[in-house]
Amino acid sequence: MNADVIIIGGGIIGCAAAYNLAKENVSVIVIEASNNIGNGGSTRNGGGVRQSGRDPRELPLVMYAIKNIWPNLSDMLDTDVEYHQQGNLRLGRTEKHKQILTELTNRGVANGLDVRMIDGDEARQINPYLSDAVTCASWCETDGHANPLTATMGYYKMARRLGAHFISGEKVVEIKKVKGKARKVVTEAGNVYEGDKIIVAAGYESRFIASTAGVDIPMTPVLLETLVTEAVKPMFWQMLGTADADFYGHQTNHGSFVFGLNSGLEPFAKPGKPLSSSIAASAACRGIMQYFPTLETIKVVRTWAGWMDSCADHVPVISTVDECPGLILACGFTGHGFGISPSVGLLLSEMAMEKKTTLDISAFRYNRFTK
Amino acid sequence: MILDRNKDIGEFIPAPDDDMIVCRCEEITKGEIRKAVHDGMFTLTEIRRYLRTGMGLCQGQTCTKLVKSIVARELGCRPNELGGATGRAPMRPIEMKVMAKDKEE
Repeated sequence: MNADVIIIGGGIIGCAAAYNLAKENVSVIVIEASNNIGNGGSTRNGGGVRQSGRDPRELPLVMYAIKNIWPNLSDMLDTDVEYHQQGNLRLGRTEKHKQILTELTNRGVANGLDVRMIDGDEARQINPYLSDAVTCASWCETDGHANPLTATMGYYKMARRLGAHFISGEKVVEIKKVKGKARKVVTEAGNVYEGDKIIVAAGYESRFIASTAGVDIPMTPVLLETLVTEAVKPMFWQMLGTADADFYGHQTNHGSFVFGLNSGLEPFAKPGKPLSSSIAASAACRGIMQYFPTLETIKVVRTWAGWMDSCADHVPVISTVDECPGLILACGFTGHGFGISPSVGLLLSEMAMEKKTTLDISAFRYNRFTK
Repeated sequence: MILDRNKDIGEFIPAPDDDMIVCRCEEITKGEIRKAVHDGMFTLTEIRRYLRTGMGLCQGQTCTKLVKSIVARELGCRPNELGGATGRAPMRPIEMKVMAKDKEE
């Protein structure tokens, strides 16, 4: 099967790239290894659409998305992506927390972000459910959150409507060059797909796929764990985090709270199928109750886990490859790819069409790791 | 299993019982599930991600079989070809203050 562009990976990055290409009448085949669209980090993350606390190199990507794409995304995709732009509170209880938050805030301000430090009382004015233990917070009013599941499936749905061809359960094992250019995509079942451009957006698996074209991206798989509660009446719409990074999350349109967890043992998770550990949800509940005592009686209904592709310097690779024309890499998103995915989808489509990219992507080159 | 998502499953044809609630916890109707299939949601997991079926308090213990048969009929396959949806801890909804007590004080 042939198309102008072959995309390996049916996560939100691959689906967003497919959407942007199909919109420009470029023919696209998306190949997903698992049986389900959005099976990696795309549907397993905490839903943050956040600028504060982000690496300065990623800031232009998320700022562009917040300004130009997120507010219209539900209409664009004919799917409610539940985008809320009601700010991000990163909370602290101790002097050490205050130091961490002040440092992050100063870095954001230096990069043109509207983030500031506030005291516990101001934080409680913004969110009256916060406990008295909160003594400081960083506050970024233009941050927010969205629903990663409907956003991912929405991009898929609309890309498909616009003519993108999706194939799932098809595991890519090799990229083959023809006359020095990346051209053929070979799968485990022996099928061959051909395209002028090949985008690799397959999470951690991108490492193995890219290596068949002679490129190695330094990244490791790291487990992320999440819990969701029963639905309760709407309480607040801010995105939350802590200086200690013991949990993060928000309340959804549905009324449930989604919290990302952090037990500290994630880098040592058992390889293979991503499984919730027996300790992370309990540890997070203890953390959450310190900040939000009223949530102690809310019921947890579900926990899940997923792999993120943690890059050596914690920002993604979004890059063409000098040694392998035709190949475009989009991997190593390190657990914060969701908020920037609308921008990345646009950029990837521009790269595949050999247009000038809307944003400067030189910070995301594949060969930046040499010292 | 390799699944070509361009496969033709025909047009969505409205039915008189489309308003019937199938997932009681999340109040999702048969019509919404059928429409989702025509929007490309071909697996139980994708239907869950898109519509929240089986994601409420009972975690699909009531509706999973029903959803499966509706999706299978829409796709023109047998329900057992669709595979299952993943069960997740905890087995029953559990209060945060109870869940938090896994550590000796």
